[in-house]
Amino acid sequence: MLQAATHNSDLPTLDSDFDVELRKVFKVFNGETAVRGVEFNIRRGEFFSILGPSGCGKTTTLRLVAGFETPSAGEVLIRGKSMTHVPPHRRPANTVFQNYALFDHMTVWNNIAFGLRIKRLGRSEVQQRVDEVLQLVKMETFANRYPKQLSGGQRQRVALARALVNRPAVLLLDEPLGALDLKLRKQMQVELSNLHQNLGLTFVMVTHDQEEALSLSDRIAVMKDGKIEQVGTPNEIYERPRTPFVADFIGDTNLFEGHLESTDGSSLLVRTHSGLKIVVSRTPEWSDRTHQTIVSVRPEKIHLHCAPPETSHNTFEGRLKHAMYLGTHVHCVVELVSGEMLTVRQATHLETLPEDGSPLYLSWSPSDCIALAARST
Amino acid sequence: MSVSPPPFSSTSDLTPDATKPRWGTRWLGPLVLLGPAGLWLLLLLVLPTLVIFQLSLVPNIRPGDIVNPSGIDNYLLVFNPTNFRVIVRSLGLAVGTTLLCLGLGFPVAYWIAVLAPKRWRNLLLLGFILPLWTSSLLRTYAWITILRPTGVLNSILSTIGLPTLEILNRTPAVLVGMSYSFLPYMVLILYSSLEKLDRALLEASADLGATPPQTFWKITVPQALPGIAAGSLLVFITSLGDFIDPELLGGASSMTVARLIYNQFLGQTQNWGFGSALSVVLIFAVSLSIALLLKYGDSSATQR
Repeated sequence: MLQAATHNSDLPTLDSDFDVELRKVFKVFNGETAVRGVEFNIRRGEFFSILGPSGCGKTTTLRLVAGFETPSAGEVLIRGKSMTHVPPHRRPANTVFQNYALFDHMTVWNNIAFGLRIKRLGRSEVQQRVDEVLQLVKMETFANRYPKQLSGGQRQRVALARALVNRPAVLLLDEPLGALDLKLRKQMQVELSNLHQNLGLTFVMVTHDQEEALSLSDRIAVMKDGKIEQVGTPNEIYERPRTPFVADFIGDTNLFEGHLESTDGSSLLVRTHSGLKIVVSRTPEWSDRTHQTIVSVRPEKIHLHCAPPETSHNTFEGRLKHAMYLGTHVHCVVELVSGEMLTVRQATHLETLPEDGSPLYLSWSPSDCIALAARST
Repeated sequence: MSVSPPPFSSTSDLTPDATKPRWGTRWLGPLVLLGPAGLWLLLLLVLPTLVIFQLSLVPNIRPGDIVNPSGIDNYLLVFNPTNFRVIVRSLGLAVGTTLLCLGLGFPVAYWIAVLAPKRWRNLLLLGFILPLWTSSLLRTYAWITILRPTGVLNSILSTIGLPTLEILNRTPAVLVGMSYSFLPYMVLILYSSLEKLDRALLEASADLGATPPQTFWKITVPQALPGIAAGSLLVFITSLGDFIDPELLGGASSMTVARLIYNQFLGQTQNWGFGSALSVVLIFAVSLSIALLLKYGDSSATQR
């Protein structure tokens, strides 16, 4: 059956480039659709993240790859082979579970050796591979401890080792750092990144932490309501979001709802519902059929001025509601004359800010904002 | 219960002793909470046990005799071959009942706790506990109706053309009756243990390549081990001391320790000293198995 699936594939040569492929995958639980037509291809050796708010179907998507769920429709392929009817214990993928799911009746060593013993590898090979992976995650001295005797970060390492020791084609990580405190999370992010680079293994990580996804991933799939909103590199996702949701979910942004007033070859003129006219540089993704639009401006792209600036585009008057000093920058909330509240991030080395309530001028370049179709399809 | 010092106190009250709760208040709480039940246990459990221990040291005592401890003759009687055989048979019956309950109960508990839809679980459990609400005597009589030579079982067997079974008043009938009586306890304890089983562990096991049977033996059973131990011990102890099932279903052929003890106090043979010695041995055996469980349970708890 597996053989047949490989030969039936439309793109047999491409298959070898992708470690994981999802083709129009749907998953329905008791009449509720958790995953709606998700499609993506993950390249060999890629660090791929699935990012989205809780309940968006990202964990279900990962479980479909691991085999804990079977798709209601569509197909999951690993290394070009259809996995639809392959149970989890026969898939070349290993998972690092959200709460680690370590076997608490076994020592660290036995936890890690579990998969190898199931495969009936020889004693010396098991010994060698377990020791090797213990070293990799720097847990050699904890081999004889029980999971309950370890800290959160140490359990995380054991969970990683237990998955990696099997040398899977794909490593699946379900919110791997979610249970750790901030400092440890930062440290483990670096270690995960190093592991990925050293092993050259395909990593698929589910996370709700956009910063984690941005800093670790080669590519990110942003999910919402069971659908993929956008797949792209961290830079593409941040700088060129395709939907208002992506713009809003990744990083901070200011959104203006409005409609297209006029357009020329290089820029768009958008009139917001409150009457502001915003000039936006045209992006290749822009479709002229779009009428209702949402303009997104990142807080750090907005400039503050005490007097009217000389730039002609996108200059608006407002009042400083309040400013928060955050060390590297100042976070300001500005109320425009037209009523909108904008957040603005200013580097602290600039001149001292006016007091709360004083008039201000805001400006940004047309190329620093982006116009998105109001209703994503 | 601790008493905080008054917010404003004079300097003379600031001696170390003044800040400590007084003796009376320190002991009042535990005394009030534990007193009634403690008194109950003291009068109705500890004292009678001591009396039994004393009686066990008096040979050939009968009702009305003057109690005068004088040796271990009764204990030697306990371990004479005839009586020792009864003890061994009782132990065998208890072990058999335990194994039967475990074998029958584990799949049921597993199914209710792990596989059955969540909203049915309480109802299914209730169904299993329901027999406990009827009198145990009544349940045992029901088994007589089923197992007797012209009973329900044999009429079914003869209707479908199979040979009839003569099991009433024999060991199998006792095993059937005791297993039936104690199965709900086993299921309840195993259920509460399996219900806590983390499904992620089963998924992790499958993820690491284990087939469902491998996962069952390497993960599910070890995880449920405390429950298996507790359930088995409970069934073992209760069936070791069970009197009704062996008496009504076992007939003369299957004498057990419980019946032997009964006979020494209320039966024809009346020997209080011997009966007490048997009781002490039984209490010791049960205490020993509980102690073993606690020790085993503790060590497994510290390892986790």
